[in-house]
Amino acid sequence: MLAVEALVMEIGRGARAERVLRGVSLTLEPGEVVGLVGESGAGKSMIGRVVLGVAPPAARVVSGSVRFFGEDLLAISERRRRALLGAEIALIPQDPMSALNPVLRIERQITDVMRLHLGLGRRAGRARALELLEAVRVANPARVLRQYPHELSGGMRQRVLIAIAFACRPKLIIADEPTTALDVTVQRQVLRLMRDMQRSAGSGVLFISHDLGVVAKLCNRVSVMHAGRVVESGPVADVVERPQHPYTRALLAATPRYDRPAEALVPVPAELSRRLWDEARALDGR
Amino acid sequence: MAELAAASRPRRRTAALLLAPRVMFGSVVLAALAACAVAAPWLAPHDPLAQDLLYYFLPPFWSEGADPLHPLGTDSLGRDILSRLIHGARAATIVAVVAASLACLLGTALGLAAGFLGGRVDMAISRLVDIWMAFPPVLLSVVLVAVIGTGLAAVVVAIVIVDWTRFCRVVRAEVMVQRAQDYVAAARTLGLSRFRILAGEILPNLVPLLIVLLTLEMGIAVVVEAILSFVGLSVSTDAPTWGGMIAEGRTNVNQAWWLMALPTACIVVTVIALNMLGDGLRRALDPVLRR
Repeated sequence: MLAVEALVMEIGRGARAERVLRGVSLTLEPGEVVGLVGESGAGKSMIGRVVLGVAPPAARVVSGSVRFFGEDLLAISERRRRALLGAEIALIPQDPMSALNPVLRIERQITDVMRLHLGLGRRAGRARALELLEAVRVANPARVLRQYPHELSGGMRQRVLIAIAFACRPKLIIADEPTTALDVTVQRQVLRLMRDMQRSAGSGVLFISHDLGVVAKLCNRVSVMHAGRVVESGPVADVVERPQHPYTRALLAATPRYDRPAEALVPVPAELSRRLWDEARALDGR
Repeated sequence: MAELAAASRPRRRTAALLLAPRVMFGSVVLAALAACAVAAPWLAPHDPLAQDLLYYFLPPFWSEGADPLHPLGTDSLGRDILSRLIHGARAATIVAVVAASLACLLGTALGLAAGFLGGRVDMAISRLVDIWMAFPPVLLSVVLVAVIGTGLAAVVVAIVIVDWTRFCRVVRAEVMVQRAQDYVAAARTLGLSRFRILAGEILPNLVPLLIVLLTLEMGIAVVVEAILSFVGLSVSTDAPTWGGMIAEGRTNVNQAWWLMALPTACIVVTVIALNMLGDGLRRALDPVLRR
């Protein structure tokens, strides 16, 4: 369904351009949850933004392709992109506090996307919005529809954003660190909820996260990124149980787990990180 | 129980804020002003132009020798001050409402375009605003009215042409702030068109700001109209306007100070009422501030 092939991107122009992606490839099939992990600056969010077509203006694709059901997402018209976004490809944003419009009621924000893509009327939109809020287990959906974002908690807002993302039953969901801004107990509920919604809608999810522990629970496959490269990818069980790449091993050692003490956590060795950056820069061929 | 209380709280707080002293004061004063403007011929006890040269410079009701037929006294030609003030409210209201709304419309449209489209459009509009604002506003409006001709319509046009820049600048800046917010990026990923994002997502966030600007501009319009009538460039000189009354009263301020003081008080109270209403409404209408 989604195929990213040898994608190379840089930010800026000329000699001062900085490579952010150095030949990334990944695929995603319907109904599959693929994790994309890596530290800050690894380029994982950039991939999500390229797929959605909202990469920063200074970013430029050097080579490679991004295809969605064979259609080249890097070459489609603005009009076609607007038809795809929200309907076929949707985003679950990172920060539920700021991703909702502060002055519009929840009802308008959920129904807008359905009225646009599904052509629903006011009534039908409202009925579907109620169903969606029930599906994301919001208590008292009728009341929430009348409320403004600031009247809801962070967890509630993230549920509303999940409802919006799944509103048109998109085939592909980009989840960009959807639980990072939530506290741990709410995080678990939201993750379980995403899993349920994804199963019932049959969507494929690209799950971007820095938390290998969360990815291990949620995803079928995982790609580990560093310095704009995929250093290791495969079924989640293989990558977590038998990591091949030293960076994956280092990342696992740096992930907190309930079955070992905090003292056992080891940060990614600086020497390894430096070596990987050098390796990556060598790829740039400049 | 707790849930019920939480549900009704926002609406009750909106209602409470709409009843806040500043909003109440502002709306009562402005309602009275609007009533005077609409019903001037029936409210005014006398014809505002009728002269009675036997009874000139009659003092207001609280002074010795006042005439109950003329509660606020008469001017140098024996015209009834109260009637003239009531009729003067008409010119003030028309100018305030029409000029401020048109300036708001023009300035907001250009400000939205500049802030949202950016690039060359922004450059062109912003430079135009810079040049525009380099002219002293009162001088510009005096020159404009001198060129267009006098009369209420000319005054309105002059105020719009001079003051659209206020709206343009503030709206442009606010659109740029809003455009960078996450909710705009989120709206883009839903497939909403640029126009829909601007009109449906960003514009509602500007409403509290526009209300404040609009009420402030109405106050400014009242003052500018008074200035223009003071220098005799508004409606014809014998028609009652507050600014015209101040100009006439100025010549007789030593014999009858109230001729100048009363219309001045009208202008001051009107402008204060507009500012208080604007500020109060902003607090009541902004769901973020309401928190």
